[in-house]
Amino acid sequence: MLARRNPQLNAHGELIHLLSIEGLPRAILTQILDTAGTFLSVNDRDVKKVPLLRGKSVFNLFFENSTRTRTTFEIAAKRLSADVINLDIAKSSASKGESLLDTIANLSAMHADMFVVRHSESGAPYLIARHCAPHVHVVNAGDGRHAHPTQGLLDMYTIRHYKKAFNELTVAIVGDIVHSRVARSDIHALTTLGVPEIRAVGPKTLVPGDLREMGVRVCHDMREGVKDADVIIMLRLQNERMSGAMLPSAGEYFKSFGLTEELLALARPDAIVLHPGPINRGVEIDSRVADGSHSVILPQVTFGIAVRMAVMSILAGNDA
Amino acid sequence: MKIFIRNGRVVDPASGRDEAADVAIAAGRIVAIGHVPVDFTPERTIEADGCVVAPGLVDLAARLKEPGPGALESELAAAAAGGVTSLVCPPDMDPPLDEPGLVDMLKFRARKLSRCRLFPLGALTQGLGGAEITEMIDLTEAGCVGFSQAEAPMRDNLTLSRAMQYASTRGYTVWLRPQDASLSGGVAASGAVATRLGLSGVPVASETIALHTVIELVRQTGARVHFCRLSSAAGVDIVRRAKSEGLPVTADVSINSLHLTDVDIGYFNPAMRLVPPLRQARDRDALRAALADGTIDALVSDHTPVDEDAKQVPFAEAEPGATGLELLLPLMLKWGIEMHVALADALAPVTSRAAAAIGIEAGRIAPGAAADLCLFDPGKPWVVLPSALASQGKNTPFLGFEMTGRVARTVVGGRSVYID
Repeated sequence: MLARRNPQLNAHGELIHLLSIEGLPRAILTQILDTAGTFLSVNDRDVKKVPLLRGKSVFNLFFENSTRTRTTFEIAAKRLSADVINLDIAKSSASKGESLLDTIANLSAMHADMFVVRHSESGAPYLIARHCAPHVHVVNAGDGRHAHPTQGLLDMYTIRHYKKAFNELTVAIVGDIVHSRVARSDIHALTTLGVPEIRAVGPKTLVPGDLREMGVRVCHDMREGVKDADVIIMLRLQNERMSGAMLPSAGEYFKSFGLTEELLALARPDAIVLHPGPINRGVEIDSRVADGSHSVILPQVTFGIAVRMAVMSILAGNDA
Repeated sequence: MKIFIRNGRVVDPASGRDEAADVAIAAGRIVAIGHVPVDFTPERTIEADGCVVAPGLVDLAARLKEPGPGALESELAAAAAGGVTSLVCPPDMDPPLDEPGLVDMLKFRARKLSRCRLFPLGALTQGLGGAEITEMIDLTEAGCVGFSQAEAPMRDNLTLSRAMQYASTRGYTVWLRPQDASLSGGVAASGAVATRLGLSGVPVASETIALHTVIELVRQTGARVHFCRLSSAAGVDIVRRAKSEGLPVTADVSINSLHLTDVDIGYFNPAMRLVPPLRQARDRDALRAALADGTIDALVSDHTPVDEDAKQVPFAEAEPGATGLELLLPLMLKWGIEMHVALADALAPVTSRAAAAIGIEAGRIAPGAAADLCLFDPGKPWVVLPSALASQGKNTPFLGFEMTGRVARTVVGGRSVYID
């Protein structure tokens, strides 16, 4: 009974929180991507600011450390003229034993307008969205293995920038999909936008068969996985997976699932290679590919700012 | 005191009786059903028009939140409000029930409250540590009806085998929840929902591996084993085969697994954080069928009161468990109606069959039996709201659900312990 209604949408079907790509209609995804396009030019101006969030306070609540994602949200909010407050909660209240909801209640009392939340547990932003004041918008900046919707959206923006029509694409997502919130958000976004073939590529320990139920084709062979692909999304292999029971070594992983120029040659001639960063050269991707002509890893970062600006400005315009 | 219960519909699963009849009670026992002796002169008459007069419910799994301020009082009051007259509690309280003195004290306090008969399970191993077995004979003399490891793992199969051997020396029942320790670390059932939500999974193999292991040890030791809270279709099949082989095993299922699936987790609803985790629809359907065909002996509330604060955290961090004592009756009725099981048969898993699994004299309406009764209105609707629950635990997956069937009066040993 609790929260049966999609908590991301208000009664008019407008976006009030961005918690996951799952359950969002295509029209909202397209709206975000279109809006991001209009912000891209702001980043090229001398004065890189628009006043859309002037007087609003955006709190970056990072219960899990991430300098890079936090910085991109901070830049996006500042370019929208918001006041940005960064809270590294991993080091403050949580260590003093304050509960998550007490922290949220306290920050709400400081008249926050938006919470950007990163948390190590899947679903934590849903809990926050359920309990914060009605005017506060929550943006999920990555929760456990569950979702990283702004990363998913910036990947879509990148793909659309280079490829245009989603309904003709073959997209391969390669690597540690079972532990990846980026992969889940990409898969939901790609299916919503009508991509006919999404492949999840990796060893069985990292790409379990259950993933088929998310609408992907599971491939345990890299050559099969990248063959004729238009888009290859490489995932970062976390250090803790490089040995133990999931994988024997980084070296063997690179040999079987690392993206090399030879393998990339099996994809479409105009294929693009994405990576959410930070990259592990020689573990999941060869340097010549990461720095090569097919790589769009750095444009992803630029687009990421515009996409986050789009998300924040759309949320700020919608009421619960 | 002599009591006369008039005009009720007496339903007794043990005898298959389902008819309008009066019940006469004297000195805490049933003296007659239907044909009441003409010289029976009741001191009190209870009108039971429109009510089913059933045996008091026997719940094989309810945690009492011990120790906690007022917990035993509130949870036994919840039992009475739920029509439960006999209740088995697992030993995983603080400290665990591993010494006769602790059992004596608990039984003494429960008797003083006189709401419900309490049948504790003793710890199978000291401190539930999984290594050294407890003094089972002394614990049994103190009132334990079996020995359980609750959710704690055994150190290894050698220790488990010894514990089962020792218990079987005296014919004690060992209660085990089938789970492989190394495979049961997840927070949701493995499957599409857990994968999609990014929650760590508990595979079905956690249950089936443990069942195979324990059943193999049953074959070797001859110990009687009660399997607690089956959760999967594959687990049901293994228990069915063991029973057809004639092995001395019984099993139960929780009201949660009987009615819900992992899809009900929805948007990370922490009320659905349960142990064992909710599995898929085919598992739920197999559990429902197995309860109907008797492969699963008992339906249990798996009552586990959890403080509100312990649920207002991200799903994986939420304390598992749900309140259940007051939902056992309506959720049994719901299952019975949905599965087209006659009322007398639907009552069996919470009365006669549950009592048989622990080997106690309870769960039946017969001359000479203790007057433990549950009078309920089978058609009365009510909504599950925190204010409607006597338990300190207000968390339940069924919050806000409309239930049909409400306890009107609970009688233990001829004494009314709850009146709606």
